[in-house]
Amino acid sequence: MNYHFNFAPILEQWPLLLSGIGLGLLLALVSIAIGSVLGLVVAFASRAPSRWLRSLAFTWISILRNLPILVIVLFLFFGMPQLGLSLDKITSFVVALSLYASAYMAEVFRGGLLSVPQGLVEAGQAIGLTSLRIKRYIVLPIMFRNALPAFGNNFISLFKDTSLAATIAVPELTFYARKINSETFRVIEVWLVASLLYIVCCYAITLVLRAMEKRLVLEKA
Amino acid sequence: MDWTYFFNEVVNNRDALLHGTAITFAVSLIAILTGTVLGIVIGIAVTYGNKPLRWPARLYIDIIRGTPVLVLVLATFYVSAAVGLNFNAFQAGALALTLFCASHVGEILRGALQSLSRGQIEAGRAIGLTFDGIFRYILFPQALRYALPTWITAAVEMVKASTLLSVIGVAELLLTTQQIISNNFLNMQFYLLAGVIYFLIDFAIEQVGRFIGRRLDQPTRRTV
Repeated sequence: MNYHFNFAPILEQWPLLLSGIGLGLLLALVSIAIGSVLGLVVAFASRAPSRWLRSLAFTWISILRNLPILVIVLFLFFGMPQLGLSLDKITSFVVALSLYASAYMAEVFRGGLLSVPQGLVEAGQAIGLTSLRIKRYIVLPIMFRNALPAFGNNFISLFKDTSLAATIAVPELTFYARKINSETFRVIEVWLVASLLYIVCCYAITLVLRAMEKRLVLEKA
Repeated sequence: MDWTYFFNEVVNNRDALLHGTAITFAVSLIAILTGTVLGIVIGIAVTYGNKPLRWPARLYIDIIRGTPVLVLVLATFYVSAAVGLNFNAFQAGALALTLFCASHVGEILRGALQSLSRGQIEAGRAIGLTFDGIFRYILFPQALRYALPTWITAAVEMVKASTLLSVIGVAELLLTTQQIISNNFLNMQFYLLAGVIYFLIDFAIEQVGRFIGRRLDQPTRRTV
């Protein structure tokens, strides 16, 4: 293979690539925040006394988990304006990713809820806490701690999914990588740099999350 | 909203839609089957391999899993052309999904194998089995039981990831949908239709997985 590597044209665009990564992280953060709130509601609904609420929650999870995220993104961006709901591309992408995240986070929180020992809830009832206070002071803290590793994995997945924003021209890393690819034809270099940036970011996120997990475990002891 | 127009358009485009669905099936199936075979090799290498085997396998898993699938698809498509491999879009896409699937299966199998106790390997050695025999008769059947639910999830992920091939011009279901939309501008209706088809495929895989999972679970429940 006599390919001459030349990274200079890509490194010239370094600020663009960095801004792309920044936007991707921001999109993932906003989406997981909204998705977690929604997911928490869905998780509680999936354990509600009402049968209707439970099946609604499971339908929500099942539909969103079995749809390709790209179809959700395109549906919201190109399809919703027909119903009179035109969102700009970033908002529409965040809505799509948040909905997608809500299903996965609901599963995470549902698992977390199941892991809360029933005895602790009964203990709360025995000292006369209202059911809202039992949730607030007993169930939620334990649930969050148990859910943290799965939460981290979902955040990394979502960060990687932000690459799909490129398909509706949101200027994140993959969008710039494609642009530089077609402008400079430094094909191998540009994709090497782009994937390396993603890998480094994912690894950095893993490290941050691992540090967080350690702190929470210490707090428990 | 004009639903009769939509239904007429569905009927007019039924061949294209069926063809797109078939391509989605084909590319997902190729990725899942070859990816699983490759993934099993990688999973074994990363769990039981010596250093020169374990390290490349580990690196492979980490690199592929750290990269978004869309980047993997685009990179495979453009780089394969740049290095002189004459892949068409379908081949490049199938290759990207296979690589992606292999890394997932490798990681799934590693998790399953590591959850088995070391005593089982020792027991196998004690009765005179070679590593080959230990793996085939003791470890793999048990690992399969652990790994199956996650493997089914991975299969669903493959079908979902196959939509990304629309970006490099593989006429699977999503690109077919987009082509139909560019003629009749029924954005919402046709994306909804595509969503329903994808949901049905993925939901069916999930249900089959659940059924097999229950079947596989039975003997364990009886003996334990």
